[in-house]
Amino acid sequence: MRSFSYERAASPGAAAAAAAGTANAKFIAGGTNLLDLMKLEIETPAHLIDVNDLALDRIEETADGGLRIGALVRNTDLAADIRVRRDYGVLSRALLAGASGQLRNKATTAGNLLQRTRCPYFYDTNLPCNKRKPGSGCAAIGGFSRQHAVVGVSDACIATHPSDMAVAMRALDAVVETVRPDGTTRSIPIAELHRLPGDSPEIETSLEPGELITAVVLPKPVGGAQAYRKVRDRASYAFALVSVAAIVQRDGTGRVALGGVAHKPWRVEAAEAKLPDGAKAVTARLFADAKPTKDNAYKLPLAERTLAAVLREARA
Amino acid sequence: MQISGRLELSRRHLLIVGAASLAASSIATPPPAAAQSAPTGAPVMTRVSFDVNGETHQLELDTRTTLLDALREHLHLTGTKKGCDHGQCGACTVIVDGRRINSCLTLAVMHQGDEITTIEGLGTPDGLHPLQAAFIEHDGYQCGYCTPGQICSAVAVLAEVKAGIPSHVTADLNAPLRLTNAELRERMSGNICRCGAYSNIAEAISEVAGRSA
Ligand SMILES: Cc1cc2nc3c(=O)[nH]c(=O)nc-3n(C[C@H](O)[C@H](O)[C@H](O)COP(=O)(O)OP(=O)(O)OC[C@H]3O[C@@H](n4cnc5c(N)ncnc54)[C@H](O)[C@@H]3O)c2cc1C
Ligand code: SF4
Ligand code: FES
Ligand code: FES
Repeated sequence: MRSFSYERAASPGAAAAAAAGTANAKFIAGGTNLLDLMKLEIETPAHLIDVNDLALDRIEETADGGLRIGALVRNTDLAADIRVRRDYGVLSRALLAGASGQLRNKATTAGNLLQRTRCPYFYDTNLPCNKRKPGSGCAAIGGFSRQHAVVGVSDACIATHPSDMAVAMRALDAVVETVRPDGTTRSIPIAELHRLPGDSPEIETSLEPGELITAVVLPKPVGGAQAYRKVRDRASYAFALVSVAAIVQRDGTGRVALGGVAHKPWRVEAAEAKLPDGAKAVTARLFADAKPTKDNAYKLPLAERTLAAVLREARA
Repeated sequence: MQISGRLELSRRHLLIVGAASLAASSIATPPPAAAQSAPTGAPVMTRVSFDVNGETHQLELDTRTTLLDALREHLHLTGTKKGCDHGQCGACTVIVDGRRINSCLTLAVMHQGDEITTIEGLGTPDGLHPLQAAFIEHDGYQCGYCTPGQICSAVAVLAEVKAGIPSHVTADLNAPLRLTNAELRERMSGNICRCGAYSNIAEAISEVAGRSA
């Protein structure tokens, strides 16, 4: 690990200003992704800004009946919150399907959204990776790509976003609230937070340098049967090969977002219109522009079957 | 109060790091086999104090020091183990302010004022914690390397169940919890045992859970 200086920020505005005003600075929240990558020198910040004192660890009700989740609310606490369990079951389920009890106790809402890919070539510093070292190439394209993305990919990168929580938040139309280094705040719909790789896979979000996430807002509950189904190589403590977050209403309409298939949670509103026609119709539209490799083409039928299982369960 | 702050990079430390790389290879992403390379910048030292097993310690540490390394290399509490050093095995599990965490993925400087419990703080050879006694009775280990992490995790699992925190296998998120075998196994999945003592570990925890229920 490279050496770094360390400070505890006293307010969100001060944290953002410090991040913009210090060379090569990074925020640290739970640390469960950042420290992992720092040990491997994939992340090499010269300065860490600890945001754990920022009092952003509360879940509050909003004026229009939704919930404002502080950026530092731990994954365990968010999943266990009685309002989330009751009204946003898909979110509790997605959180509980991720990582381990120990990790969820540390992992934060913002850190979870901003965790980086688990592409094995991104982790292997001996191999080319455009995300880790822009312009060096992509070892996954033409390599072993069983875990990689099937849709929204580019010639520069075929990595997936590993978060389970983000997939549920996409289905719930969450909104990310931030503060920028100049003190201004803004709201970013979750659909616009994560980017597709394009020709700059190293730029993963629409956040500006030094911009701090302060909260994630859930709109008022939409009801329906809510489910999160995650398919992985073992039954627990493993990342998704494919996952489905679904909210299905009594009349057969609903929302569907997929994990494990793209560089961001994958939701296509036009595909949801096909829900009354069944899983095959929905996934045909979701994957209309898919470009799988020979190693990961299995994800297309797997996603269809996983969605079919979720719909069966929701309608039971 | 104990003051210590030596940076010890012994042969033993390097061996532990090497073994950790092997242990981790079963999971998600293997860390590189080589030990961590030398820092480019000069080390940055900082002071931190926290309680470990009821005793306050003040340390002066390189900012890079994980809580795990602070416990093992600086406070010489070697009960907590380093398996993978990347959050993938659970050998380093300790309890901080009542919650279990992986001590390898957190910096010591981030724990100013915290109360930390390690395996050494749960019981003593003459006064075993009920879970320690149950692990012995049920043979919940072979080599024993994962055991301190398993036991710290199990202590916290029982508290999490008591607090009503749901898990991935909880059938109804809005009904009271029942600690079934499936619940127990899911909740303990963050602790890998390369000797495969799982069934005995589950029996040891079930016995204590049944007693305290
Ligand atoms: C072994 C293992 C298994 C895992 N399995 C899963 C899994 O199955 N599913 C899953 O979804 N996840 C999984 N994870 C990932 C885990 O969920 C993330 O590591 C965690 O959510 C990151 O949160 P954190 O608070 O620890 O982030 P940190 O490591 O502290 O930060 C991550 C990034 O976010 C930035 N950041 C943090 N807070 C803010 C903020 N407020 N504003 C702006 N930037 C910020 C940091 O600068 C950093 O770049 C796993 C991790 C491990 C180690
Ligand atoms: S898929 Fe993306 S992250 Fe993986 S090696 Fe290629 S560029 Fe790097
Ligand atoms: S040493 Fe493996 S999880 Fe910390
Ligand atoms: S007893 Fe050997 S690793 Fe668990």
